[in-house]
Amino acid sequence: MDTRDTPEQAELRRTARRLARELGPRTVADLEDGKRIERLAEAVREAGWLELRHDGGDGNPLASGVEAAIIADALGEAVADAPFAGPVLAADLARRAGASPIDGAVAAFSPDLIDPAVVSGPATKTPIHAVDCAAAGPAAAYVLAPEGDGYRLATVEVDSASHGTDLTRTVRAIPAAAPVLPVPDQSRLLTRADLDSWATLGLALTSADLVGLMRGVLDLAVAYAQERRQYGASIGSFQAVQHLLAEARCLMEGALSATLYPSWAVDNLEPDEARTAGRVAKAYCTRAARTVCETAVQVHGGMGNTWECIVHVYLRRALLSSQWFGDDGEQLRQLQRTRLGVAHGLS
Amino acid sequence: MDFRDSPAEAEFRSRLRAWIAENNPRLPVSSTDDEYWARQAEWHIALFDAGFFGLSWPTRFGGHDLPPVFDVILDEELAAAGAPPRPSLGYLVQGITTHASNAVQERLLPGLISGRERWCQGFSEPDAGSDLASLRTTATRDGDEYVINGHKIWTSYSDVADWCFLLARTDPTVPKHKGLSAFAVPMHQAGVEQRPLRMINGITKEFGQVLFDGARVAAENMIGEPGEGWRIAMTIVSHEREPGEVGYVARYAKTVKDLEEAVRADPGAFRSDQRGAVAWAYVQAEMLRLHVCRRLSERLGGLDHGPGGSIDKLLMTWVEQTVGTAALSVAGSGAVIDADDVALKIYLYSRAQSVMGGTSQIQKNIIATRILGLPAA
Repeated sequence: MDTRDTPEQAELRRTARRLARELGPRTVADLEDGKRIERLAEAVREAGWLELRHDGGDGNPLASGVEAAIIADALGEAVADAPFAGPVLAADLARRAGASPIDGAVAAFSPDLIDPAVVSGPATKTPIHAVDCAAAGPAAAYVLAPEGDGYRLATVEVDSASHGTDLTRTVRAIPAAAPVLPVPDQSRLLTRADLDSWATLGLALTSADLVGLMRGVLDLAVAYAQERRQYGASIGSFQAVQHLLAEARCLMEGALSATLYPSWAVDNLEPDEARTAGRVAKAYCTRAARTVCETAVQVHGGMGNTWECIVHVYLRRALLSSQWFGDDGEQLRQLQRTRLGVAHGLS
Repeated sequence: MDFRDSPAEAEFRSRLRAWIAENNPRLPVSSTDDEYWARQAEWHIALFDAGFFGLSWPTRFGGHDLPPVFDVILDEELAAAGAPPRPSLGYLVQGITTHASNAVQERLLPGLISGRERWCQGFSEPDAGSDLASLRTTATRDGDEYVINGHKIWTSYSDVADWCFLLARTDPTVPKHKGLSAFAVPMHQAGVEQRPLRMINGITKEFGQVLFDGARVAAENMIGEPGEGWRIAMTIVSHEREPGEVGYVARYAKTVKDLEEAVRADPGAFRSDQRGAVAWAYVQAEMLRLHVCRRLSERLGGLDHGPGGSIDKLLMTWVEQTVGTAALSVAGSGAVIDADDVALKIYLYSRAQSVMGGTSQIQKNIIATRILGLPAA
């Protein structure tokens, strides 16, 4: 057992953080800078990070969940506004079905963003959502079509604008009656176990994003507490403020420890065991990130409640990462089902 | 990054598992029953004699020189079997190995690690809690000895201790942090009186106070140099704050396992808030287990005596108190009707965690100033 980064993983972490910090938004106004956004997306693509979960030729992904979580953490820390988890998860799903990846594709989700969208028949019957794809232009979104004991992969087209709360990643609606198109080259049906594993990757990446968000927003709050003066002193010298920030730091560290495990487990443990690890991390990270982001808003005082202060960009992104694949309430409900034998419907 | 057991770790785990299955003493839940503390020494000795205690400590003192992550395996297996946690002595061992001369280490560590000699820690005093450096117990040189006078309190295991790791003032003329020295003081002598303290959950065998009235200690039993006491105390408390050092993860995981089993036996008998409390306690205990994996893995690259232990202490405190609250919730009216209810005692005992080893407020001061770099208040 050695949970430290390998030298390669440590180098990847450094590179990803540097790139995200350089090209991510520093101010709310930066969110409108199309040139910067293009450079960031290009850099993420150039680095090969969107291909981490592509088939390496033997059915296994090119890189493990640990590497993917390292990137997700780094992008979260800088609220980097480039698609990452969306395309990576889509490629992972295609790999599991033995299908070649579709450039720019993401997965479509149920209206609560917890489960992959399941569609029977030639068209969608209810509205579903594509998460974390390109902000504009048409894109493909994977849906699952039940067949026998498993699922066949299919796609629907996304062409609506994003209407999501997160100002850095998209949530694009796919209306009812969207045509469902076959994915011709898939070589196997997706099993329950495939989907458990895939969901574990989703839980690990959304948790890692939350860990990065916590680190990033806490750095901002600590810097602000040092610089902001009241009563003739830096507000960071007051214990009332110090203790809020100290608690936030502890939550971030605990969340990081909890998240490393599922990011490793997705490729190394049985699917149900790995998914439990993912649920633990997600439940912890969701609660922790909410508190840490709220603390950062509070420490920024009146400024923290204005649109131009970047802190709400972190909070908004945390809300999406929390809901995507299920928040703390959903994970605790599922843990009751799997660990306490609580039947569906018992509340 | 690899959470899997290496071949050596897997072999150790299976040997340990087989031994626990044969030798679990089935003690009451720790810190809820005096019988636990009465029989804890037996457990320590059994664990040591079987080769499962002091895993990462030097072989010449009875340890095994194994990588620190072996303690993760020990905690996991003890919890899974519902066995008592390992004895919490790591911080004293760290204090002695870091600061004491070789001669003192050779004299004191073997008995401490083997469990043949019992230790307590004499730091806090009635008027020196968080402000530890203001302590007033004195050690005055008299020939080859020091004479000890003073009053220590909130001293764990003082009733069974053979030795006290004592912090006392040897020089009243210098600033308060600079006039302290550390000693290994024999407890069995005329000038030492031990008085039990009853904790809020009713147990009397864990907690005490110690009165020193002309007690004597050989000068050669000083740990480190004269005036080095504060630095030594900080080494000890920084490790006392680490869940990897004290082994409490096993205690929390065992309680969570018991709570899960109680609910699983009849889920419909529990309200959703009770079940939710158990699920959240599981999340917290797992987080701490993984946090200890991470911290002990970091030690593979060398030991750090930094302020990070304060983060770990707060996480550990939140976990213990979450687990305690879940136990209380699951017990329902049982905890109110029956003062001997185990869940009630777990809950009440959990309140001490935010005080012992430095209050949560002190930990936050340390994190704010020494980790976040905020100005001292």
